[in-house]
Amino acid sequence: MSRERIAIVNGRVIDPASGTDAVMPVYLAEGSIVALGAKPDGFTADRELDASGLVVCPGLVDLCARLREPGQEYKGTILSETRAAAAGGITTLICPPDTDPIVDTPAVARLIRSRSQRAGFAKVEIMGAMTRDLAGKELSEMYALRDAGCRSVTNAQFPLANPLVLRRAMEYAATCGLVVVIRPDEPSLRGAGCVHEGVVGGRLGLPGIPVTAETVAVAQALALVEESGVQVHFGQLSSARAVEMVAQARARGNPVSADVAVHHLHLTEEAVGSFDAHAHVLPPFRSTADRLALRRALAAGAVGAICSDHQPHELDAKLDAFPSTESGVAALELLLPLTLQLVDEGELDLATAVARLTCGPADIFGMPVGRLAKGASADLCLFDPRTAWSVEQGQWLSSGRNTPYWGRPMKGRVWATLVAGELVYRVDGSVFGTA
Amino acid sequence: MSDSLQFDRAGRLRHFLTLEGLPRDLLVRIMDTAESFTSVTEQQVKKVPLLRGKTVVNLFFENSTRTRTTFELAAKRLSADVLNVNIATSATSKGESLLDTIRNIEAMHVDMFVVRHAESGAAHFIAAHVQPHISVLNAGDGRHSHPTQAMLDMFTIRRHKGDFSRLKVAIVGDVLHSRVARSEILALNTLGAREVRVVAPRTLLPASVTGSLGVRVYHDFDQGLAGVDVIIMLRLQRERMTGAFLPSEHEYFERFGLTEARLAKAAPDVIVMHPGPINRGVEIDSRVADGPHSVILQQVSNGIAVRMAIMSLVLRGSDDAFPGVVL
Repeated sequence: MSRERIAIVNGRVIDPASGTDAVMPVYLAEGSIVALGAKPDGFTADRELDASGLVVCPGLVDLCARLREPGQEYKGTILSETRAAAAGGITTLICPPDTDPIVDTPAVARLIRSRSQRAGFAKVEIMGAMTRDLAGKELSEMYALRDAGCRSVTNAQFPLANPLVLRRAMEYAATCGLVVVIRPDEPSLRGAGCVHEGVVGGRLGLPGIPVTAETVAVAQALALVEESGVQVHFGQLSSARAVEMVAQARARGNPVSADVAVHHLHLTEEAVGSFDAHAHVLPPFRSTADRLALRRALAAGAVGAICSDHQPHELDAKLDAFPSTESGVAALELLLPLTLQLVDEGELDLATAVARLTCGPADIFGMPVGRLAKGASADLCLFDPRTAWSVEQGQWLSSGRNTPYWGRPMKGRVWATLVAGELVYRVDGSVFGTA
Repeated sequence: MSDSLQFDRAGRLRHFLTLEGLPRDLLVRIMDTAESFTSVTEQQVKKVPLLRGKTVVNLFFENSTRTRTTFELAAKRLSADVLNVNIATSATSKGESLLDTIRNIEAMHVDMFVVRHAESGAAHFIAAHVQPHISVLNAGDGRHSHPTQAMLDMFTIRRHKGDFSRLKVAIVGDVLHSRVARSEILALNTLGAREVRVVAPRTLLPASVTGSLGVRVYHDFDQGLAGVDVIIMLRLQRERMTGAFLPSEHEYFERFGLTEARLAKAAPDVIVMHPGPINRGVEIDSRVADGPHSVILQQVSNGIAVRMAIMSLVLRGSDDAFPGVVL
């Protein structure tokens, strides 16, 4: 927490939670927001940030990002990836439990928490493992995980032995007050698939993953939600049918929510092109109709959050025959510009886009972040929606260079990021290395 | 997808990975060149000095003695030096990465890799990472592509039938897992075949078969064979029974096996092809495989001339062609 008193002036303040969209000053002290608009009596700023031409919004909240530490530090570290998050305007990261060791005990959760606090670039929350060792058979000690700070449990991309385990895990998680996060994926239907089962996979002879691998898993979970009333969040939906099912369940009053990975809002199976391993991602990029449906569901609110689904890799992970490469995209630094591109393309207005990156994800997990309210932690993102830049070395901070957007132009650039009132990133680089 | 990876800056064929994006002229030229090589393979001294001093490496990550042998013979008849590397039993099983394997053999100053690999896209990956003077020839990658097999099949069809524009062709069997079928469909469509059909139960077809491959689909063998000029039977792997693709070899043969009775539904001068190795009594009856309509063994002998043609087109260092050979 910073003791510095900061005034952010002349910026366009967008806070979707309160419906604010106006040029006004924001005053920060003791790591919190002390006022929006009118200057509090006796406030004197130690530092004034001129945000002319910039948008001032809550720091972004990313529901799914892998930092790779502990266990896979050759892909990324808490330090390298939270720095990248700060450069992407992200102030809260939620990480799946598939580290090594797995987060199925409080000790690993505490280790990640303490290392991220020492790094100081972003708040890191951890999803606990739903089952011991993520093996899909026995429940993890969920009360202990909750007491160590987890708000949710998930089995990430690993299968559960059978629907009974899911049912019991949901019931027990609800008893502990934990949100259940499901990455819907029926393993028998996915098989050895590595791309969407469609035109491109058929042509390239790459084993396909049918849409039903996702929808069968969603249907199974929804049936259990209807029975139990337990809150379930679906992570990284990829298909039109799956978001339609979630929207219908929500309309009937079921406590379900969903997010999508930002690159799925832009890319389709065509991105695989001629075996481009950077487009190897799970769930796979699907058809144009699926992509359009994801965008519509996002605008309508059935999908409440956009996440990065950040998965940094070492270079070698993508250097092999396509099916043997590792799946995943490094995306922390593109979460905001790719979302802003949806605004440019007329899919979302700016306030809705910001909502899906801030209060939307925060509310799903009941986190007290993602809003600019008096007394709230001063987690902010200041960005210029018009600055053009291109994705390349030198500006890229994640250890993972695995993105299909390498070399591509982007519009919209983070100018500064604050976590608990502390400047953790400035586009001119002036505050890096202080942590 | 036009595969720019296959051509160099001057627009010449540098790698031979897939038939996708290759123009009709080029396919015709391959067949014309193969035609001129057939006389070489029938001579007493079966060698031309076209690739003298070049080194061809057969890099087989998947065992296939037959295919490797025809590539080896083709390279030797062009006077190239040939090195056979069977990786299925060597380096990668020791944990060496595919790229490391390539780098190591590349360091021996070779000119061409003939690559067979169990995964789709392997030949593309290697082509994208080899040194600029090395060419990659795809000898089959996963379910994706087997372009030399497709070209020798086209060559065989042309020798028997001439003009492609009149032909109805039926490809029968496990299209889903078949790199041969994918490449043949591309070749037949590029060469302007009148109609390309696939005949198979739905479990053995890609999900979006018409959209991704450009064919007419039949699930009934008798209807699919009606009036066709060429039948290409595909090999059925035994493991399809355990993967819930099919109930039994018996039922498959009953419904999709090529028998003399079924053959009568096709055009009277139909030819029967098979990329081999054949499963007698599973996808084809012996009387058909060995019968008068079968050209299966001709496919094998044509394989050498066609592979010579493709190797020489890809590897020719200069344009001064060997006298008497159309390049």
